[in-house]
Amino acid sequence: MVQTRSLIDEHGRRTDGRTMDELRNVKIQVGIVKNADGSAYIEFGKNRIIAAVYGPREVHPKHLAQPDRCVLRCRYHMSPFSTDTRKNPAPSRREVEISKVMREALEPSLMLEDYPRAAIDVFVEVLQADGGSRCAGITAASVALADAGINMRDIVPACAAGKVDGKIVLDINDVEDKEGSADMPLAYMPHLERVTLLQLDGILNQEEFNECLDKALQGCKMIYEIQRRALIQKYFGDEQELKEES
Amino acid sequence: MREAISRSKRLDGRDLDEMRTLEIELGIIGKADGSSRVRLGNSEVVAGVKVETGEPFEGLENKGALILSAEVLPTASPYVEPGPPDEETIELARVVDRGVRESEMVDLGKLALIPGKVVYVIFVDCSIINYDGNLFDASSYAVVSALMSSKLPVFEVQEGEAVVNTGKKMDPPLTTIPVSITAVKIGDSVILDPTAEEEACMDARITITTNSEGKFAALQKGSTGSFTIDQIKKAAEIARIKGEEVRTKIKELTSNGH
Repeated sequence: MVQTRSLIDEHGRRTDGRTMDELRNVKIQVGIVKNADGSAYIEFGKNRIIAAVYGPREVHPKHLAQPDRCVLRCRYHMSPFSTDTRKNPAPSRREVEISKVMREALEPSLMLEDYPRAAIDVFVEVLQADGGSRCAGITAASVALADAGINMRDIVPACAAGKVDGKIVLDINDVEDKEGSADMPLAYMPHLERVTLLQLDGILNQEEFNECLDKALQGCKMIYEIQRRALIQKYFGDEQELKEES
Repeated sequence: MREAISRSKRLDGRDLDEMRTLEIELGIIGKADGSSRVRLGNSEVVAGVKVETGEPFEGLENKGALILSAEVLPTASPYVEPGPPDEETIELARVVDRGVRESEMVDLGKLALIPGKVVYVIFVDCSIINYDGNLFDASSYAVVSALMSSKLPVFEVQEGEAVVNTGKKMDPPLTTIPVSITAVKIGDSVILDPTAEEEACMDARITITTNSEGKFAALQKGSTGSFTIDQIKKAAEIARIKGEEVRTKIKELTSNGH
């Protein structure tokens, strides 16, 4: 990749003013799609993503049903207006792959055996894309699944770390994704301590690899707190009030 | 099988971290600019390189284009039906592509003809002939060895921006040899180079690509299970060490008769 400009200034600030270990602004709202069984809206930097969950419900076509467990289906889709140049609305190979890794990232957190012969559909629509839309999408989808009341083992936050200007930084944005030298998205179940999604694009040595992994892990833990607060906010109102009551 | 693997035994008698025999045949398709047939145990993949000229990708106007595809042929197993690629095949092509692209194996900067307008377009297509597990590594080795043995047609820009094929051939501008290593988790054990039977009972899969310097270039976790952070760090180290062994093997197999 061609380095066209410096992505970290002399004060250690990044193109959007963040430090190396700082997340972009993350805001999660729960239950914004009225018809859905569960939903969440996430603003993650400039990402604007809606996740809606339908189910458990009957499987169509019926032959896809599993006698002992529920089928989880995921669709990650980008709206045509979500990118700088218009995106063709037909699903691209990239979107098909992300839909798959997203499903595999969420599945370990769900007790699918509790809903035999049923299906759970997760629809993730990227209204505006910044770097890291798959991580933001997984983060929102996991909250939406919790909002739908699906039996879960853990929540799945996701966050990327990467290498920019020779330094390992947390939460790669769009410019850093395109011009930086490595991007590692991670999804992690914080209580079960298990990695459910991990990808890497770009060159890292062994030491950088481990540092990157640890940094993404810290990011996931921070995002987990935001997910937790968003769910508490919806179901119990303000967390402060809750504490006062108890 | 799970019980056997928990006792460090595999059905084909291999050690948990032992790869199957790798065979590479080069130049099997005369009409292609580079080709190879790779057998990894009973998994068999044919890869062909075809070179044309065309428009560059958006945002990469001064670089040649590399386009990689994979198709699991209906010959590969009784369970494959012809048709458009399913998500597993798309993932396969994209993971193999990522290894080649992110390692910058081909120096695409040297393959522009008229910057912004005409560049070399390198197609590498994989056909999976027989499926017995670990298509990620088998396809990756096929693509890499096909590229290594390829001879690109030399195009020249003449006056008036006409691009002509000179009929000459050149070696592709290669910078490194990316090698992918796939490990799967079955129960608490992590094994390398799984067969179809082993993949059928895997919990999770991880594919890690390293370059010639032993640096990591690409990684993909797959399947519905999960890994601990320690398992990943260990897998990364194994991928680096085993990757170097496979790289030596690929170099040896591609140098014979070429």
